[in-house]
Amino acid sequence: MNFDYSEEHQQLKREVRRFLERRCPPTAVRAMLDDPKGTFDRRLWGDIAGLGWLGAAIPERFGGSDLGYIELCAIAEELGRAIAPVPIASSLYFFAEALLLAGSEAQQAKWLPRIADGTAIGCFASSEGPGQIIRPRTVVASGRLEGVKIPVTDGHIADVAVVLACESNAPGLFLVELDQNGVEREHLESLDDSRGLAQLRFSGARAEPLGEGGAGMALADRVLIRAAALLAFEQLGGADRCLEMARDHALQRHAFGRPVGGHQAIKHRLADMYVKNELARSNAYYGGWALATDSSELPVAAAAARLAACEAFGFAAKENIHVHGGMGFTWESDAHLYFRRARHLSLVAREPAYWSDSLVTALVRAPVGP
Amino acid sequence: MDFNDSPDEAEFRERVRGWLAANAPLHAGPSECTSADQRLQAARAWQGAKAAAGFARISWPREWGGGGGTAIQQAIFSEEEARHDIPLGFFGIGLGMCLPTILKFADPDTQQRFVGPALRGEEIWCQLFSEPAAGSDLAGLRARAVKAGDTWTVTGQKVWTTGAHYADYGLLLARSDPSVPKHRGLTMFWIDMKAPGVEVRPIHQMTGGSDFNEVYLTEVRIPDSQRLGEAGDGWKVALVTLMNERVEGAKDRGPTTQQILDVARSVPHGSGTMLDDSAFRQRFAAWYVQAAGLKYTRMRTLTALSRRQTPGPESSIGKLVAANRLQELSNELIECQGEFGLLTGPRHAALSGSLHRDYLYAPGLRIAGGTDEILKNIIAERVLGMPPDSRADKTVAFKDLPTGR
Repeated sequence: MNFDYSEEHQQLKREVRRFLERRCPPTAVRAMLDDPKGTFDRRLWGDIAGLGWLGAAIPERFGGSDLGYIELCAIAEELGRAIAPVPIASSLYFFAEALLLAGSEAQQAKWLPRIADGTAIGCFASSEGPGQIIRPRTVVASGRLEGVKIPVTDGHIADVAVVLACESNAPGLFLVELDQNGVEREHLESLDDSRGLAQLRFSGARAEPLGEGGAGMALADRVLIRAAALLAFEQLGGADRCLEMARDHALQRHAFGRPVGGHQAIKHRLADMYVKNELARSNAYYGGWALATDSSELPVAAAAARLAACEAFGFAAKENIHVHGGMGFTWESDAHLYFRRARHLSLVAREPAYWSDSLVTALVRAPVGP
Repeated sequence: MDFNDSPDEAEFRERVRGWLAANAPLHAGPSECTSADQRLQAARAWQGAKAAAGFARISWPREWGGGGGTAIQQAIFSEEEARHDIPLGFFGIGLGMCLPTILKFADPDTQQRFVGPALRGEEIWCQLFSEPAAGSDLAGLRARAVKAGDTWTVTGQKVWTTGAHYADYGLLLARSDPSVPKHRGLTMFWIDMKAPGVEVRPIHQMTGGSDFNEVYLTEVRIPDSQRLGEAGDGWKVALVTLMNERVEGAKDRGPTTQQILDVARSVPHGSGTMLDDSAFRQRFAAWYVQAAGLKYTRMRTLTALSRRQTPGPESSIGKLVAANRLQELSNELIECQGEFGLLTGPRHAALSGSLHRDYLYAPGLRIAGGTDEILKNIIAERVLGMPPDSRADKTVAFKDLPTGR
């Protein structure tokens, strides 16, 4: 039985954590919120790329280190813990995964090395408004893209996007460079401006097909599943950090003559956070395992990991504020940075209700697990 | 990250599979037993066969009749054993909780006397701790032990004693000194359940069944040689016993994913079945995530054992999550059937009535072996390092504590 990080993985995690404690303290995240043009720590991104971490799950022939998905999971967990203001999810979990799934050799050779060394940022553009996208209104004709994608996480800072659009009435994925005429980008205000959102307006932008035409919805689902498994680790890292913050505060803050953590109302709240975090950790490992082994259980595992992670981080982030009392409600407290990120991460790859539904659909097809 | 056995573990599993395949079919399984007594006899026989083969307590040293193996080997054996129709469950309290206490606190002759018969299933143990007025606050127990010469006399009442009606021996925690604060006035003994003055009465539970007992102790005479640990040190001894309890208590209970699917499909809803109802799907997904979380948490614990590390505190969530999940799940699966969900008989009830048994059992599961609240205290204090609750009874002599009546 070997269902946990190995010693090498733990070594990597410690390394990433030490680096981020130095380079990405909460003040670095806060700077993004204080600066209206913020959303992205370019120097931090460059340093992370320089350490080779962006290429963990990218094959060596495309400039990656091909360490593996568990390594990427470990890195994601630490980035989540530090709520790092970098476009890791857009560029790796969505864009790189879409390319690895559906890209031609030439498309992979062109983009993956730049994704791995951080010189290009990718993003994934599917949403066109509130709710689920049934059929994209964005269209491609004669290699030209027309339509509006809103919102697109990191769309304002990305160099290239994978766009879900219809060609001859069939949804497909398309690769679109964003630094060209016919692309208009607007950074939009959002709940978490340390991971910014944008609107992308396409009017005749060049777009090349990614993967089989007409398979867009199925491909987008597969990308989403892989992103969900990876996002769960970021969420887990954030949830763990919230519990630590709440625990530290409960020990240090005194009321009624003793640390507030000595009162059962607080104790039990912390225990509830711990329980959800451990369930999230175990489900995240399940998702990581399924991703790394390309298991047929991936649709179930990723959905379970995603649901447990959304539940844990959402709960830990809100209860962390509550345990901090009035202080937790101030701008100066770091608690709201996590509260914002928890909400952001729980919606960037479809909301929990979607995953509940897709988990049951997958179980009806093949009941696996407990 | 994988679920694979190491080469050593795979070899051990093969050996266990071979032995089980040859031996398990020779023994009657629970499905073949018609009475509780038959079940017990079959369990004793199976335990004896395991002991003879060194599988009774794999991680115990050989000198005690164990297998001299590792914790992960024990886990592998249990996993493989569960695939067979074999009666289990009578010896967990003895081998998992009472005997480790005997091995730590009794004299060598006593250890020698009890270990073998317990391993072979010849003698069964129970644990006489809880009382009507001492559940979560166990150290507030009142069964009174008075010493005269070399003999103690114990009078009091114990409750929720699993297996007392078939147990041969028991661990008894009693109050030896009410003039000191409660934790300091306790003493631990082992007793013969057939001794004069020990009377066992089954408890009629809200489920209709009787898995537990009340045990009345009326002037039970206990030689001082049956004391475990020093007089007044009973709480320390009890902690050793209890430390092992929660390790044993987090097994799965309730319907499988497939069974939940079957129940949902059997309930018409709109133009389809309950399985098409989005509110139901949300709840079903939540139950699945909890069950998967528990399953893979166990895998993490096994991984630590496999790596010869001490498992982390994550296993402490097991019973807390499992009991609450069972309560919600059985409640919802009954409710979604409407009035028909009230039927409990095997002819009509979903899953032959097991769902209703779970529904009635779940409230007890949330209390047994540490209530939700005690378990949350344990997580907060021992895992997260929160200070203990403030207590009004810490420095007060037990006899001066208010009792509420």
